[in-house]
Amino acid sequence: MSINQNANAGALPNFRNLGILLRILVIVDGACLAAALLKTTEPLVLMEELIDVSSQAQPILMLSLLVLAAANDWLHRLRYWHAISAVVALELAITTGVYYLGLHLFSGMGALERHWIFTLLLLTGVLIGYFDLRGRALSPALAEARLQALQARIRPHFLFNSINAVLSLMRQEPRRAEQALEDLADLFRVLMADNRQLAPIAREVKLAKQYLSIEQLRLGERLRIEWNVAHMPADALIPPLVLQPLLENAVYHGIEPRTEPGTIDILINRDGEQIHLVLRNPYRPDGNHHAGNRMALANIRERLALHFDVEARIKTVATADTYEVRIVIPYLKAGA
Amino acid sequence: MTAEQPLRVLVVDDEAPARNRLRDLLADCAMKMPLEIAGEAVNGREALALLPACDADVVLLDIRMPEMDGIEVAQHIQKLDEPPAVIFTTAYDAYALKAFEVHAIDYLLKPIRLARLFEALSRARTLAPLRPDVLREMRPDARSHLSVNERGRIHLIPLADIAFLKAELKYVTVRTAEREFLLEESLSKLEQEFFGRFVRIHRNCLVAKDAIRGFERATDADGEGHWVVVMNDVAEKLAVSRRQQHIVRELGRIL
Repeated sequence: MSINQNANAGALPNFRNLGILLRILVIVDGACLAAALLKTTEPLVLMEELIDVSSQAQPILMLSLLVLAAANDWLHRLRYWHAISAVVALELAITTGVYYLGLHLFSGMGALERHWIFTLLLLTGVLIGYFDLRGRALSPALAEARLQALQARIRPHFLFNSINAVLSLMRQEPRRAEQALEDLADLFRVLMADNRQLAPIAREVKLAKQYLSIEQLRLGERLRIEWNVAHMPADALIPPLVLQPLLENAVYHGIEPRTEPGTIDILINRDGEQIHLVLRNPYRPDGNHHAGNRMALANIRERLALHFDVEARIKTVATADTYEVRIVIPYLKAGA
Repeated sequence: MTAEQPLRVLVVDDEAPARNRLRDLLADCAMKMPLEIAGEAVNGREALALLPACDADVVLLDIRMPEMDGIEVAQHIQKLDEPPAVIFTTAYDAYALKAFEVHAIDYLLKPIRLARLFEALSRARTLAPLRPDVLREMRPDARSHLSVNERGRIHLIPLADIAFLKAELKYVTVRTAEREFLLEESLSKLEQEFFGRFVRIHRNCLVAKDAIRGFERATDADGEGHWVVVMNDVAEKLAVSRRQQHIVRELGRIL
């Protein structure tokens, strides 16, 4: 199996992601503090040293963040090593530029020192290495998403009951049986596909609808669905298989334990630069059901962190009779 | 075992397609053996209401059903005078399947194959009855209902209706707001099964915590004082034994 082959081997971070920018800021400012500490530990002198180091580093840092954010799309189209070279070249250019501008404005500044270039290259290298390692650490979540789909996320219970439901249609309603098998095939095709790339949310919704129509076959009137997706931007990107596992949980924990009909509400809309997803299902805490839902949630949480860092949030809210999953992700357009 | 007498089958499953499928397969079986569908039920409660009037010889019983699962339904079925044979059906249930194998209990895996159903039905009349202790072991969770056999029918008592359980000589009296029932089970086993729901106020008595309004002082024939339990919907006042007096403080609802 080639599940993890160059999955994330050397992926460039998204320089427009708030979490990535924060990480860069913290690491560079940490390095400034360390540089100041190397020179002195005397508090007052340290303060001066820090201001001195910072005043030289901050303009370069801020300009770098701006330039990298602007060049983000271009950098991501390059091969990894080309992109790395481009980043290093940009950094050298920015540093040199800032230095000569500074020299021009404040004549008191000394010559461009060699240790400056060395420090810059070291820091850039550390940051690139850090983001590479972080990507590798989180990437098992992506590979796992694919494996789990077959092992646990599609519950065997669902698979066998669905086949049973299709069999029941064969004699009386062969056309509905055909439709159901087609839906099942589509669902499994997506489950077995390589799901590491973001996909348009419209595709997720279509898949969710196919999944629900299979469940509808078994549960009939007991399963009611309320879609509120009129204001959903169809081109928004989302990690694949976020909606379907959550819906499967909602059916399993919210609908199946009830004899009376229950409604699953799905709301997807855009709020400025964010996409909000809300899933709500009826829920009785005393239902004698096993907790299988944490695994799906944990996997989704990891994948959201990998793709969107701190810009994505997922939270669950349980009240006396409903259970709600709320997801917020940044609005990224397909093909942008 | 007379070959002429058709085998009467009750189908119990909450999913309509699963019932349809079984109906088709039973029609196929009926071509090879004398067989009749005695009825269909969409949940355990309905199945128990149909039995024994539908005179079923075999119950095809789905395990995963809302409100009352198949194993609990089977537990209640065993209280009938002549319980029908039970064949469990399930799509997937690793835990139950293991137990079925260990105790040689018959089961069918969904999707059910015709040949396998035919084989199971052919053996049905000779199946050993299910043992209540085995069923309880398979399903360690508390039952959702207690059940008693009343004139040949199963009466279900929802747990929430029970005010108290009192051990008599051979029986346990189950008291609800409306009436009382006699149960052939042991009080200590009930206490274990429904741990947390009842509180023991006396060697022979468990009271539902939710049914307690509070505690009162009372004087017995010898002029000695003791605590009694006052309940919400039952007029009877039950004495708290000296040994169990600490519960008055713990529950802390002195009237």
